[in-house]
Amino acid sequence: MATLVEVKNLKKYFKTPRGYLHAVDDISFKIEQGTTLGVVGESGCGKSTLGRTVIRLLDRTSGEIYFEGKDISDVKGAQLKALREDMQMIFQDPFSSLNPRMSVSQLIAEPLLIYKKCANKEELNNQIAKLMDTVGLALRLADDYPHELDGGRRQRIGVARALALSPKFIVCDEPVSALDVSIQAQIINLMQDLQEEHGLTYMFITHDMSVVRHVSDDILVMYLGSMVEFADSEEMFQRQLHPYTQALLAAVPIPIIVANKERILIKGEITSPINLGNECRFAKRCPFVKEKCLHEIPPLLEAVPGHFVACHYVKEINHL
Amino acid sequence: MQDVILEIKDLTIYYETDKETVKAVNGINLIINKGETLGLVGETGAGKTTTALGILRLVPDPPGKIISGEIWYKGENLLTKTEDEMRKIRGHEISMIFQDPMTALNPVLTVGEQISEAILLHQDISKKDAMIKTMEMMELVGIEGIRHSEYPHQFSGGMKQRIVIAIALACDPSLLLADEPTTALDVTIQAQVIDLIQNLKKKMNMSMLLITHDLGVVAEICDKVAIIYGGQIVEFGDLEQIFNHTKHPYTIGLFGSIPNFKKKSHRLKPINGLMPDPANLPDGCTFADRCPNVTEHCRSGMIETIEVEPGHFVKCINLLESGDR
Repeated sequence: MATLVEVKNLKKYFKTPRGYLHAVDDISFKIEQGTTLGVVGESGCGKSTLGRTVIRLLDRTSGEIYFEGKDISDVKGAQLKALREDMQMIFQDPFSSLNPRMSVSQLIAEPLLIYKKCANKEELNNQIAKLMDTVGLALRLADDYPHELDGGRRQRIGVARALALSPKFIVCDEPVSALDVSIQAQIINLMQDLQEEHGLTYMFITHDMSVVRHVSDDILVMYLGSMVEFADSEEMFQRQLHPYTQALLAAVPIPIIVANKERILIKGEITSPINLGNECRFAKRCPFVKEKCLHEIPPLLEAVPGHFVACHYVKEINHL
Repeated sequence: MQDVILEIKDLTIYYETDKETVKAVNGINLIINKGETLGLVGETGAGKTTTALGILRLVPDPPGKIISGEIWYKGENLLTKTEDEMRKIRGHEISMIFQDPMTALNPVLTVGEQISEAILLHQDISKKDAMIKTMEMMELVGIEGIRHSEYPHQFSGGMKQRIVIAIALACDPSLLLADEPTTALDVTIQAQVIDLIQNLKKKMNMSMLLITHDLGVVAEICDKVAIIYGGQIVEFGDLEQIFNHTKHPYTIGLFGSIPNFKKKSHRLKPINGLMPDPANLPDGCTFADRCPNVTEHCRSGMIETIEVEPGHFVKCINLLESGDR
């Protein structure tokens, strides 16, 4: 398998009146073609910023982004526009990401028109019909407006728009979080079918641990802009090595009756990402915190083969 | 026989507009025993919140109307109460926690003022004593009492929800209606808030109606579960019956739609189609159009509720015909 996307030491800081906000802090990963990288974390951990920076919707502060082996960190203008054909995004909220004044067919036609993909009206209409069919939208809805549709159908429009240019890579930013469970399952299945048919590569951003396990090949866990753990999905759910991931998984309510369920509750809340010093990002909430954690950022190291963890005491905590 | 704290009989609530009648709640029957937590589970538009608002008689009128039914709370029918009597019950006997802590609080009042407002309204004590009680409540939900003079924007989402809980519990209610209390929160914060609600419920010996769409949360805190679909209770039973002896095709579909966290399965089994429009509910079973086992009998008449085992009720006629499956 070939590597489609590679990110090296990516940083994205935002300037605020109080200092620099470390939204993405030194993140590196690879995504192989045809696979899904799941990015999990809680609100404010920088996962959406990471997705947007990778597909160049935001300019990075430092680091490199490679797409099909080519450095795309600085491409501009026509080159960037050409690149966007291969990299698309599905947004979280199907209620605010669609222009309310455009009909379904206009919304789906928009990318095709911008990239002049169709020679004439007939070809355009055929293409729209084909896309609507692919994402499971009935043709009779072509002239409806977004407000006339429910959330699931609206998100299908979002998927159709992302697919219109036959991209190779799609960043999915919480694509099912705004949907009811029965509809959520329909959209997840649709996205998996499309991946198989078109060999798509996904970066799937979510806060939902059950969804991430279901869709991902590899999983990256973020906390306060940094990557705290990375492993393939099976390994990650077999054993979590970072205290944050352990707490995150323990916190998920599972729809199974378990007598006397015990869980580790982590205290406190995510701290401010502004002007971070040289401490472990999780130190303030970590149940295992020691002196060293407050003075040194733990590097991301391979704790066991294929399983990377950023924690000074990973071996002690997990008795490795 | 346990003490019944709340019994809802045949409650029907419509929203009537010039154009159409939205049948939000259609003949719901529910019982909550003292000290019990009942989970009311359903998807967007199923009528969960309308039911809770109905109990407090807070359904916005117009367009909302309680068409029929009885709501018995501690032996009194709330639907025959005057507005003055209801005001004494709301926040004092029955409290509500709203879904979104970001909008449930008044941004121009300090959190202390908002908690003591509830206390002053229902208890005959001085402002000074009310503030002491306020600070006690804040400590109870895990916030330092001295922060009473801060405004909602100075708190994070999880903290705001704690304040909302403090307001709801300030007058020691017997029944708490919690409308998706943790949906807007991150999982680690959700776990903290669930833990808090559980502990306080035990400490104060409250009963609770928990409205949620998350079966995981239900498994953690509920004793009984009611599954609501199209404004009707389609399945009702205790936790064990609903989770391990699931009977109604909609409930089965809900469980099939959730990705399994413990085991990776290749494909989810979603429920096909969409919720029916509550302004235009089909005849017969409201779930018929999406049901995998639909028969012609499902599409007409009243669908009876059957007690399949003691305390386990299912609204599905196929169970009658084909026996226990």
